[in-house]
Amino acid sequence: MTRQHIIDRRLAGKNKSVGNRERFLRRYKDQVREAVQRAINGRSIRDIEKGEDIAIPKKDLSEPVFGHGQGGIRDVVHPGNREYVKGDRIEKPQGGQGQGSGQGQASDSGEGEDDFVFSLSKEEFMQVFFEDLALPNMVKTALAEVPEWKSHRAGFSSDGTPNNLHVVRSMRGALGRRIALGASTKSEAKELEARLAELRAAPVTADDALIRERAEEIEAIEAKLQHLYGRIKGIPFLDPIDLRFRSRVKVPVPTTKAVMFCVMDVSGSMDEQRKELSKRFFILLYLFLTRHYDKIELVFIRHHTQAQEVTEDEFFHATETGGTVVSSALVLLDEIIRARYPTSEWNLYVAQASDGDNWHHDSARCREVIADKILPLVRYYAYVQVAQTEQNLWDEYLVLAEQFKHFAMRKVLDASQIYPVFRELFKKEGVDA
Amino acid sequence: MSKLPGPSDWSFELIEDYHDVIRATAQRYKLDTYPNQLEIITAEQMMDAYASVGMPVNYRHWSYGKEFIATEKNYRRGYMGLAYEIVINSNPCISYLMEENTMAMQALVIAHAAYGHNSFFKGNYLFRMWTDAGSIIDYLVYAKNYVNKCEERYGVDAVEELLDSCHALMNHGVDRYRRPGKLSLDKELARREEREAYLQQQINDLWRTLPRRADRPEEESVRRFPAEPQENLLYFIEKNAPLLEPWQREIVRIVRKVAQYFYPQRQTQVMNEGWATFWHYTLLNTMYDDGHLEDGIMIEWLQSHTNVVFQPPVGHRAYSGLNPYALGFAMYTDLKRICEKPTEEDRHWFPDFAGSAEGADPKAHAWLKTLDYAMRNFKDESFIGQFLSPKVMRDFRLFAIRDDEKDSDYEVSAIHDESGYRSLRETLSRQYDLGSREPNIQVWSVNLRGDRSLTLRHTQHNDRPMADGTREVLKHVARLWGFPVHLESVNPVGDIRQQWTVVPASME
Repeated sequence: MTRQHIIDRRLAGKNKSVGNRERFLRRYKDQVREAVQRAINGRSIRDIEKGEDIAIPKKDLSEPVFGHGQGGIRDVVHPGNREYVKGDRIEKPQGGQGQGSGQGQASDSGEGEDDFVFSLSKEEFMQVFFEDLALPNMVKTALAEVPEWKSHRAGFSSDGTPNNLHVVRSMRGALGRRIALGASTKSEAKELEARLAELRAAPVTADDALIRERAEEIEAIEAKLQHLYGRIKGIPFLDPIDLRFRSRVKVPVPTTKAVMFCVMDVSGSMDEQRKELSKRFFILLYLFLTRHYDKIELVFIRHHTQAQEVTEDEFFHATETGGTVVSSALVLLDEIIRARYPTSEWNLYVAQASDGDNWHHDSARCREVIADKILPLVRYYAYVQVAQTEQNLWDEYLVLAEQFKHFAMRKVLDASQIYPVFRELFKKEGVDA
Repeated sequence: MSKLPGPSDWSFELIEDYHDVIRATAQRYKLDTYPNQLEIITAEQMMDAYASVGMPVNYRHWSYGKEFIATEKNYRRGYMGLAYEIVINSNPCISYLMEENTMAMQALVIAHAAYGHNSFFKGNYLFRMWTDAGSIIDYLVYAKNYVNKCEERYGVDAVEELLDSCHALMNHGVDRYRRPGKLSLDKELARREEREAYLQQQINDLWRTLPRRADRPEEESVRRFPAEPQENLLYFIEKNAPLLEPWQREIVRIVRKVAQYFYPQRQTQVMNEGWATFWHYTLLNTMYDDGHLEDGIMIEWLQSHTNVVFQPPVGHRAYSGLNPYALGFAMYTDLKRICEKPTEEDRHWFPDFAGSAEGADPKAHAWLKTLDYAMRNFKDESFIGQFLSPKVMRDFRLFAIRDDEKDSDYEVSAIHDESGYRSLRETLSRQYDLGSREPNIQVWSVNLRGDRSLTLRHTQHNDRPMADGTREVLKHVARLWGFPVHLESVNPVGDIRQQWTVVPASME
């Protein structure tokens, strides 16, 4: 009888359902999108890269087939009769489904109102987020990818490839092993050698018995010595356990620090919708920075007529009223940079969002502060205006944009319009958009 | 006899050792099977297989994704265990053994799937007639690639819409009474292009719009089409829908063929699961009697067996209808008993075979003849109609309830007593008849010279109306047909009770 071999499929064909899952998400992309948007508005900028649970009403997912409805005559056989006899009458449950106790079908449809809940993985979540932002594909991959890896030396290991063999280390190890393994044998041999020499050098005597005794001992010692030298010889010069290889570990490339300043106008004219739009703008810059820098600090500056440094929560959720003096924030920004973030250690990025409203005498001053104090220090300055109106702030900034390559500005009325403000930035980093 | 070791962890060698003994034992019972192919898979792969209707490969569709997500979620949260096994009606017969199973469970799965189900697939007439185990995997690979190509060429949306519509009619895409041609991939491929060209020509012929010659007699123009009502809606659409393109017809055909492949499985649940359960029970017990199995292994699989054949009574929290494993297992076990140790009642009910194994050498397994016959030549409906014994009805304490819309109460129409056995058996048999479970819908007529509308007819059974979702399904029919679709629900006397008309979105 031939033995049929069992096939081990465990390593093959994993994730066969990915294609089907994709099609499912695609079909329900509107619901998924909505859920993702809700999640983004509720999350902190730093937690953006996480999955999310999505709920879809079950009735939207049903696949219709022809079936019988209620009514007519149904005969159903059930098990477990306890007290009924033929002809017994049982009252129908009121209001509920008449067929509730019927076949499996009925109990399934009983829970039909529940939502179908499933979780979106981190990657899928980001994919939807990026789609909203209309990022070019190259940028999407650049952001979705784990940062580049660089291999670093990390001491020695006992396994590796021959090209990483460290000869000196290996030989040193071999020497130590040979010494350690041979030590006791060698000292024993040494003692015997000494005894042998002593015997050979012993004074001549006529005592036959003594001569014989000595000869026997010499013979015994010689035999023993031969054995010991054999053992010493038997210790291998180089053994596989001596081999040492240079070990390398991979570490993410970004090794520098960056600080991102989020500057936002929180005056009365900035409503929730504008703030949410601004939040997406900040998130995108943050994501970009996480790919390039090890350590990123976030500084939130909000302003109306006065500026103040706040926590993220206060930044997005507190409402203020009153007029707007943009320069107040810029001055504070400059102070913070000079006090805490020397450019020799930090890469500085500024993202500013506003609805363009400003006290008209202030706009020219804004331009001056940015041009003279801030732009020389920062790597990139991105400004979005989340409203259509063009006021004097916009005009003043236009002058800056012409003058400085690392100053970018856009009018953004929809999430998909945010990306272009970073186009130069991404281009600079080698991502061809 | 050598005892097989019984650790809880399996190893490849051990599975092979067990398999050898199970195979030898099965041969003693003359179980005729396709060659077996055992495959070890992970839980994730099991979920993949689950989601694509148990097949190792299938075309892509969102509904499988939904299934996968639901399965995965329930599994991860511990709401449900995965099935221990999936077995594919193919030649060789593929059985999946899940990595997480213990050795005892692997032995149970091998006996259950690789010998129980496998011999059923090879022996039962429905499977022999309707499916070709040798070519199903190849056909599914072809289907997957074809659908994939269509997605590339015509867009994912177009293909998805088409598949949605076909799936809505899947249950009405099989030949119930007529024997279909067997599925053969080579022939399918060779004839595909030929078929496409020919089909298109046929359709053009049917829908010819050139003016008729004036001297033709008038009655020919009112000829009825189709001449006879047609039960296979997808077949009718594939061949006659006026606007479908050749690739769309091919996809309709693929869905139809896959539906046809699964049709026997839907009709033999009780028989198939009962047969497999009966055999794992018999084979493993025989192995124990022969001294091959340790007590620990026995206790473990018996516990699982007990769960599988548990029948919660009506009103129990876990009750959701009759458990096909329990009913089938009880019926085969009882058949064996009737052959070996019949009572007077059995002799009266089953004169043909009651006592046929009485006094025979137990080693000859004389009862096999009856069980083999019962496995080969029936489907659930006729199997129950023929072999459900009074003893099983009593053991299950079966009773029938009539729910008449016009009556304010349910009525207990029969119970497990002398006067009820026959009616109970008939009712249960009908309950497993797919023809009465699913509405009987046929293609009634096509308006050839007018608005090209298609009329379907639902013949009511026991006055049962169509469900609420009917209009949704009709939208799918209209999408495939391309012109208005009517559905008439007719009672047996011929009165139209319900009526729907759906105009395809493309015409609105």
